[in-house]
Amino acid sequence: MTAATTTPVSTPNVGSNPERAIASPRTLIDKIWDAHLVRDESADAPAILYVDLHLVHEVTSAQAFAELRQRGIPVRRPDRTIATMDHSTPTVLAPGSRQLHVTDAQAAAQLETLERNCAEFGVPLLGMDHPSRGIVHVIGPELGLTQPGMTIVCGDSHTSTHGAFGALAFGIGTSEVADVLATQCLLQSRPRTMEVRVDGTLGAGVSAKDIILAVIAKIGVAGGQGHVFEFTGSAIRALDMEGRMTVCNMSIEAGARAGLIAPDETTLRWLEGRKHAPSGAAWDAARKRWASLATDAGARYDRTVEIDASALQPMVSYGTNPGMTIPVTASVPAPEAIDDRSDRAQQEQALRYMGLAGGQEIAGQRIDVVFIGSCTNSRLGDLRAAAGVLSGRRVAPHVRLLVVPGSQEVKRQAEAEGIDEVVRAAGGEWRESGCSMCIAMNGDQLQPGQAAVSTSNRNFEGRQGKGGRTFLASPLTAAASAVAGAITDVRTLA
Amino acid sequence: MPALTEVSSAAILLPLDDIDTDQIIPARFLKTTERRGLGTHVFADWRYAADGTPNADFSLNAPGASARRILVAGRNFGCGSSREHAPWALADFGIAAVIAPSFADIFRNNALKNGLVPVAIDSGAHAALVQSLRESPDALLRVDVAAMRLEAFGASHPFPLPPFARHCLLEGVDQMGYLLSAGDEIARYESAHPVLSSTTS
Ligand code: SF4
Repeated sequence: MTAATTTPVSTPNVGSNPERAIASPRTLIDKIWDAHLVRDESADAPAILYVDLHLVHEVTSAQAFAELRQRGIPVRRPDRTIATMDHSTPTVLAPGSRQLHVTDAQAAAQLETLERNCAEFGVPLLGMDHPSRGIVHVIGPELGLTQPGMTIVCGDSHTSTHGAFGALAFGIGTSEVADVLATQCLLQSRPRTMEVRVDGTLGAGVSAKDIILAVIAKIGVAGGQGHVFEFTGSAIRALDMEGRMTVCNMSIEAGARAGLIAPDETTLRWLEGRKHAPSGAAWDAARKRWASLATDAGARYDRTVEIDASALQPMVSYGTNPGMTIPVTASVPAPEAIDDRSDRAQQEQALRYMGLAGGQEIAGQRIDVVFIGSCTNSRLGDLRAAAGVLSGRRVAPHVRLLVVPGSQEVKRQAEAEGIDEVVRAAGGEWRESGCSMCIAMNGDQLQPGQAAVSTSNRNFEGRQGKGGRTFLASPLTAAASAVAGAITDVRTLA
Repeated sequence: MPALTEVSSAAILLPLDDIDTDQIIPARFLKTTERRGLGTHVFADWRYAADGTPNADFSLNAPGASARRILVAGRNFGCGSSREHAPWALADFGIAAVIAPSFADIFRNNALKNGLVPVAIDSGAHAALVQSLRESPDALLRVDVAAMRLEAFGASHPFPLPPFARHCLLEGVDQMGYLLSAGDEIARYESAHPVLSSTTS
């Protein structure tokens, strides 16, 4: 439910009326929206939107289950719900053990609460020692649960990741988690639509992460407010599914409610044969259905922005929100050059926190830690990219490198390829899967004043540990920086 | 949720842009399984020094601040994580309305579900309000939910609320109850849209 200003401009009154829906060309977003209306929006109430898949994790669900218990109601559709443990789980095995052991008493209690809730309400759980456990936004696609045309929600803002498959996927708060558990529905207003068109060809050393960082740098952290992004253009089509997930993942960092990409052959290739993907005749039927999802010719978006992929450099954030991002070849913007008083004050505060001076080159800034992981960049392709840089090289002696796969499945696949050996041989730490230093809830964290290049998605003050300084970048840039001991353009690495 | 028709109070001034939910409530406090009790941790990293003592120059620590119910922040308040712990922490501290030029979408949703009014006013009016509050920090402000107006320093500023959210605030309506009452419609939708891939098989 957002402000009344989110009334659509491009698709008035399409609603769920199929005849009118056919009559006017619609975007991918509109098609998914229309297909999930249990009750359309009216003058005094938002729409009731049906949710196909609800992902649950330990941090934002306890209070929601408690609400159901208090009202004496069951989970309406356990078969459309799945839970995992990721945010506060450890990423190292207990000494001398093959099991994960949670030492933080509060975290342990929260994880036990999830276990109890799932057992009581019949919700399937990928628990601590489950072979499919992992970051909630990594396992959905991996298991084939995330499919085109779906509505997907989770009590986590990076739910937008699943949009890579052409699903309308967005983060919700805990009260809404309770709503979905109880009714499989949400109250929502139709979002505005924004096309983010990325044409051209990425240069060497430039990746999906650099595309989305460039988008956020261009439109700002509130630039997408009230909108859902559809990423289009030749550079998006050229990305593999992992790259597309990286792009959609950070839509929220531009303030958007969600971000998605129309399904194509690349999407089908990823999905086919996965555990929960349709098979046989159901697969053929699904293919047909998914083919009709793409935005119709002539459909209008409320806004459009364009990015030239060919002109992109590797990007790195320098400040305390993801909009404060520049090419790795650039200098840190000087506060004095900013006209708006409050923007200037914000810039000054950010540079003070980050220990940077306006005008200095960002490359060469000394770092202490490199974190390769998170739902943004912890999939096999990300780890392969990092390993390609690390192979035959050593991490700088003063740098700690942490590589945390997004799921236990990613970990197994990477180990089968010897990526763990490459990381260890370079002097890095190879961990069990989880959110880890992306959110620093499990003890993996920066010390005050430490600087990290991180492949995660948020560089807010204290995000990776109180007083820690985060420089967001791609796996390639992160690995190159680990080797050099300072922020480095991977294209110049010796 | 109890009904809320207006909030009258002096304000706490924190006019920074893009205040994210990691600042409002840092992640290390998210291990709780309760909604209550987060007020002592709201803005923890700005509010307390490394040794845990309150930072005297932070506005939430000013004498009398804990009795104030209105927070004046900058644009795009509540960006970042979807954690509802952010409005829980603000409400637990005693805040019932946040005034800003704009709010992040998920935060606004979460706030409205917890009787915390997001008061988005025009950026010019906001700048003037911040200036006036710098000169008269103890001035009384009034947020009128029914009229959707903020009264401050003799002026009256409109702010938007979606009709349903306004109704829920004014009547203390329970939104889950509203959804539950649509059970038949939901069942009809479900029988027309069978589940294609089940999480339980
Ligand atoms: S990896 Fe980070 S951003 Fe992703 S779900 Fe975990 S905590 Fe959230």
